[in-house]
Formats: sequence, structure tokens, C-alpha cells
Amino acid sequence: MSGFGALLRRDLRLALRQGSDTATVLAFFVIAVSLFPFGVGAERETLAAIAAGILWVAALLAAMLSLDRLFQADYEDGTLDYLLAAPAAPTLLVMAKALAHWLTTGLPLVILSPLLALLLNLPQKAYPALIAGLALGTPILTLIGAIGAALVLGARRGGVLLSLLILPLYIPILIFGVGAVEAAATGQGFRVHLLLLGAMLLGALALAPFVAAVALRQAAE
Amino acid sequence: MSARLHALANPARFGRFARRALPWTAWLAALCIGAGLVWGVFIAPPGAPPPEGQGETVRIIYVHVPSAWMSLFVYACVAAASAGALIWRHPLGHIVARAASPVGACFALLTLATGSLWGAKMWGAWWVWDARLTSVLILFFLYLGHIALTHAFDDPARGARAAAILALVGVVNLPIIKFSVDWWNTLHQPASIIRRDGPAIDAQMLAPLFLMIFGFTFYFFTVLLLRARAELAALRTRALKLRMLAA
Repeated sequence: MSGFGALLRRDLRLALRQGSDTATVLAFFVIAVSLFPFGVGAERETLAAIAAGILWVAALLAAMLSLDRLFQADYEDGTLDYLLAAPAAPTLLVMAKALAHWLTTGLPLVILSPLLALLLNLPQKAYPALIAGLALGTPILTLIGAIGAALVLGARRGGVLLSLLILPLYIPILIFGVGAVEAAATGQGFRVHLLLLGAMLLGALALAPFVAAVALRQAAE
Repeated sequence: MSARLHALANPARFGRFARRALPWTAWLAALCIGAGLVWGVFIAPPGAPPPEGQGETVRIIYVHVPSAWMSLFVYACVAAASAGALIWRHPLGHIVARAASPVGACFALLTLATGSLWGAKMWGAWWVWDARLTSVLILFFLYLGHIALTHAFDDPARGARAAAILALVGVVNLPIIKFSVDWWNTLHQPASIIRRDGPAIDAQMLAPLFLMIFGFTFYFFTVLLLRARAELAALRTRALKLRMLAA
């Protein structure tokens, strides 16, 4: 367990000192969202109707941006070989790196989302569903993305390839995340959507680190 | 069964097996598809005339349904071969997965194309975000990812291992995707587009349909054997070239 804490602290410290990933992802999120009014027109009703979809799709794409860096730097400078040779289980290693990734990119996105929802005129009663949905959904994005990031290590055009592999797998999260916001906006209960997102998060927590660890080991072979 | 599978790990033995099996699968495929097409297009009755029924458009199912079945069947084959390669290190597993995946992608594309042709006639739109069409589209994306990952590495063995893991991840995710697309579809689409309690398929149509399904399956095995043989030959050429470079 100490390996987990040490790796988490190391990754957080690296992210804080370099600082660029978090800022880039947030900037992308804001710019991508603010492009939509130019594309679909600035009528407040139109924007309110598609706000949930815009925010979720932008969050998905923003998560993709930073994921290909998840293991890349450690793979290139050889740290990954040492980490895999360490006594800590590789699944814990993946968990620590995924948690650090979520804390530095997913969580800021969740915190920023109400502000962007304001720009898109999302109905006020939908805010809890948006925030709760993103809070449950973004860790799944990171966990599934960790599998993809481990698979494309050493590939040509890894970043583009990663989006081809991972985006289709994100579709269920998008469906239930947007579904929760839309249900809340029309005054229906959104508990079911959140429960399903929670179930997917638990499933991803149980399976994804294991699969990503297998993928890492075969990448380091 | 497992002993026989292990015997095929020897490339020379697999080559002999392929040579013996190929004429059978090829002829069975040609016979079944030929008979199924003639029966389906010329002999089987058309549907009830529109607007109640589907008229002559119904004949698209003789290609559409077998393709849809094959797109799923081939993915199952890719996943089974990948599991065999990852768990038992069966050398043929990666080769079969690599050979089958593009064929499956073609079947998924054929399903989408025929479904869209049918939709243009029956729904008045080339594309409708119907649950089944959408699921096949996502399956097509999964195939594309698998093919791209297989070819993304300078070392083919590395690509094969990564693609095998991806195929298994896809198998776990497919039911979740299918379920969520169904859920999304019932929320967003008016249910009138597809009548769930449509008329049961006529026995006259069932026979050619099954002939086509068997034909498509035999066709897949024919192409799979050919492609796997070509992959093995390519591997041997690569090894020989490397040895020449080293010498």
C-alpha cells in the first residue's frame, strides 16, 4: 500500500510542478464548449436543449487529450520497467496513476462544468444531475482510458489511435450521463441514471486496473 | 477437441488441414449462397404490398440478416482466438484474429449498407438512429480499432498481443453498449418506426434465409483459411528476410 501512496504523491507532484496538463485540458474544455454557440446559433432555448450533450461530449474529448500521456513518459524513460519490477502489485500501480490522473484532470473538469452550463443556459434544476453524473462518469473515463493508454504504448500515432480504441467504449457513459441531465431538466427523477453510472464505475474499478496491468506488462516485455 | 486444436499449432500441419478443408468450405459456400439467392430472389413470395407490407424490399433480408449474424459471429471468433492466444499461447490464435477481423468489419459494413438501403425504402430516410443499426455501427468502430491496433506497431507480435487484449475488452463491453443503446433508443425514438410485433417470418422465406446464413458462414471459413495461410506465409517470409539481414 505504501507503493500506492508513493506513486500517487509522485504523480501529483509532477502534475503540479509541470502544471501544463491540467491547464491544457481545462482550456480545451472551455474552448470546445464555447465553439458550439457559433455552430448552432446563440438562441437560449436551442442551447439549453443541447447543453447536456455538448458538455458531456466536450468532457469526453478533453479526457482523451490527456490520456495518451498517462503511461507514455514513464514508458519512454524506463521508469515503467522499474515500477513493474517493484514489489507492489501492477494493479495498484495502475490505480495510483489513474487516481492521480483523475485528480488532476477529471476533478477540475467536474468543478468547472457548472460555470460552462451557465454559459449554455442549462436549466437550474439540472445542475445537481450534471455535477453528480460527471463526478461518477469521469473516473470511468480515466479507468477505461488507462487500458487504451497501456495498449498503445510504443505504437505509431498513439494519440489518434487511442481515440479510435476508446471512444466507442465511452458511449454507455455518455448515454447515461446525458440521460441524467435531461431527466432532471424535464423534472423526472435521475436516480436510475446515476445508479447505473455508479454500477459502471464499480465494474470499471474492479476490472480496468487488472486489464491495464496485463496490457502494461505485455508492453514492457 | 483440445488435442486437435493443439495439433494445429504446427504451421505445416495447419497448411495440410487448410488444403484439405478449403475445397469443401468453398464449394459449400458457393452452393448455399447460389441456391439461397435464387430461391430468395426468384422463388420465395414477396411481402404484402406497401404500405401494409414491405413488398419486394423484403428480399434485402437475404443479405442483411446473414451479414448481421456474421458480424457478430466473426467478433466472437476473434475474441475466442484472442483468448486462446493469451491464455494458452496458441500460436494460431493471433493469426486467426488478425485474419478474421477485417472480414468481420466488411460484414458489419455490409449490414449497415443493406440496412440503410432498406431504410431508404421503408422509413424514407437513409439513416435512422435505430437501436440495432446503431449497435452495428459501434461494432464496426470496434472492428476498426482492432484492425488499427494490430497494424500500429513495428513489431507484429506486439500488435497482435495488444489487439488480443482489446478484443477481450470489447467482448465485456459489447453487452453494456447494446443495453445502453437500447435504453437510449427507447427514450429518444418514437416506437412507431419499427413494429416490434411485426408479422412472423413466412416459412417460405425461412428456408432461403437459412441457406444464406449457412452460405455466409462457409464463405467466412473459406476466406479465413485463405487469409490465415497467407499470414503464415508472410510470417515465414519476414523471418527469412530477418535471417538474411542478420547473415
